[in-house]
Amino acid sequence: MSLEVLGGVYILAAILFVFGLKLMSSPATAVRGNLLSSVGMLIAVVITLLSKEIIDYRYIAGAAILGAVVGAVAARRVAMTGMPEMVALFNGSGGIGSLLVGWAALYSDDRSAFTLITVMISILIGGVTFSGSLVAWAKLSETIGSGAITFGGQRLVNVLILLALVVCSVLIVFNPALTFPLVFVVIALSVLLGVMAVIPIGGADMPVVISLLNSYSGLAACAAGFAINNTILIVAGSLVGAAGLILTNIMCKAMNRSLSNVLFSGFAAPGKATKVEGEVKPITADDAYLILEAASSVVMVPGYGMAVAQAQHVVRELGELLEANGADVSYAIHPVAGRMPGHMNVLLAEANVPYDQLIEMDEINPRIENIDVAIVIGANDVVNPAAREDENSPIYGMPIINVDYARTVFVLKRSMASGFSGVDNPLFFGENTRMLFGDAKQSLSSVIAEFKS
Amino acid sequence: MEAVLLAFILMLSVFLGFELIAKVPATLHTPLMSGANAISGITVVGAIIAAGADLGPWSTWLGALAVFFATVNVVGGYMVTDRMLSMFKKKDSDTRGDS
Repeated sequence: MSLEVLGGVYILAAILFVFGLKLMSSPATAVRGNLLSSVGMLIAVVITLLSKEIIDYRYIAGAAILGAVVGAVAARRVAMTGMPEMVALFNGSGGIGSLLVGWAALYSDDRSAFTLITVMISILIGGVTFSGSLVAWAKLSETIGSGAITFGGQRLVNVLILLALVVCSVLIVFNPALTFPLVFVVIALSVLLGVMAVIPIGGADMPVVISLLNSYSGLAACAAGFAINNTILIVAGSLVGAAGLILTNIMCKAMNRSLSNVLFSGFAAPGKATKVEGEVKPITADDAYLILEAASSVVMVPGYGMAVAQAQHVVRELGELLEANGADVSYAIHPVAGRMPGHMNVLLAEANVPYDQLIEMDEINPRIENIDVAIVIGANDVVNPAAREDENSPIYGMPIINVDYARTVFVLKRSMASGFSGVDNPLFFGENTRMLFGDAKQSLSSVIAEFKS
Repeated sequence: MEAVLLAFILMLSVFLGFELIAKVPATLHTPLMSGANAISGITVVGAIIAAGADLGPWSTWLGALAVFFATVNVVGGYMVTDRMLSMFKKKDSDTRGDS
């Protein structure tokens, strides 16, 4: 088979990737989009297997079957609440894949400076993606603490690692004879850099990290494409790289922080913000039921706490009861609620909440004054009015869902502790706020029981 | 010259990627991310070449290992994205088994 045929089929695969991503822009067509994109992947793989370069299929077959089984079982088994961890692990496996492809390219005949440089870049990005994703996974699954791990001189250490990487790469390019001792140093340093890059980032900033690592996994494939002169790797890899960057940007905007601020500094030390004082008004499930029963519009505002309590199903059940009771129910979701972009949407979709009831922050805020009851389920920072009013607050300037403007706000909360960022929340002391203390799932279940009795 | 052509492809793909993704609604951010992640498993193509082109034992073994990881990424990524996407239903078309 000629190179033209191979190239032609790669173009077809690229078209399928593009259309696949395009169809992702609506929930109605997204399933088809994903299918198209997977068909593109399949034909790219099949045509590569058929190309005359490939003469030995044994190792490929063994590794591919094993990989397919592992991937399929993981994809089947994972619970929706475990999705951020799963995405992190898949990111990591893509990253190590690109690292290995770059490394293997060193054993081909082509030792030009261009190839060596691109190999170094694919090892660097692949290694950072791999170890960074593993650290992100460990943080998300609470294998290690999810808080930021910082120490003095952290930035200096990172700069030194990066510098050492550049020096090794330059040495390899100018003196290819040194490739084999030095490439191992490059690999080790890249992996170390990935760890160093992610450990100082705290749990609430995870949506940014996950989408950034997603971008890196694409860029790593792209760099590997340069290393082995393969167009489909470059095209597909850079599409993913761009997609990840856009998501990263959206996440940063939703927190009113720059990317470098997220990456290099944890939250400013808490405690400087104006101390909030006031009276907390607790409410019982009975009273909550009475208010909800009379409400004609209700908006639910979920946060990471809903995922922790696995409360998405009772949330939907309450939503349905309220609708049956004649209320208008919607679910307002902040872009950075949860631990990855769109986390809450997936959980609610799992619980069978129709996607036309899931609305975005910009859509709810203009009409929140007309909402009878806003129910905050395990969200904190994303509904904190201090972000709007208190210039001393570390989260000042972050766009929030203005639940405090609703006629009544219920806050479901385990106890009176401040949110992840350690920031006090004046919402809890609001005139129209009622606190429903206890496990979110249980609190909602008791309200539901009232409705049914 | 080849490098310049490849760089051109890179530049155009990045812009195309920006255009395509900018329109995705927040509701679909997670499936988009895992779907895009599956596409980044395209590195499997490079892995296949490394493992099967008989470039010596190192290349074969590294390639085979890369095939394994990239296939996990591709198969797992697409399947989990499909699983998530099939949960997104519109109001009138939802058919529930429970409750």
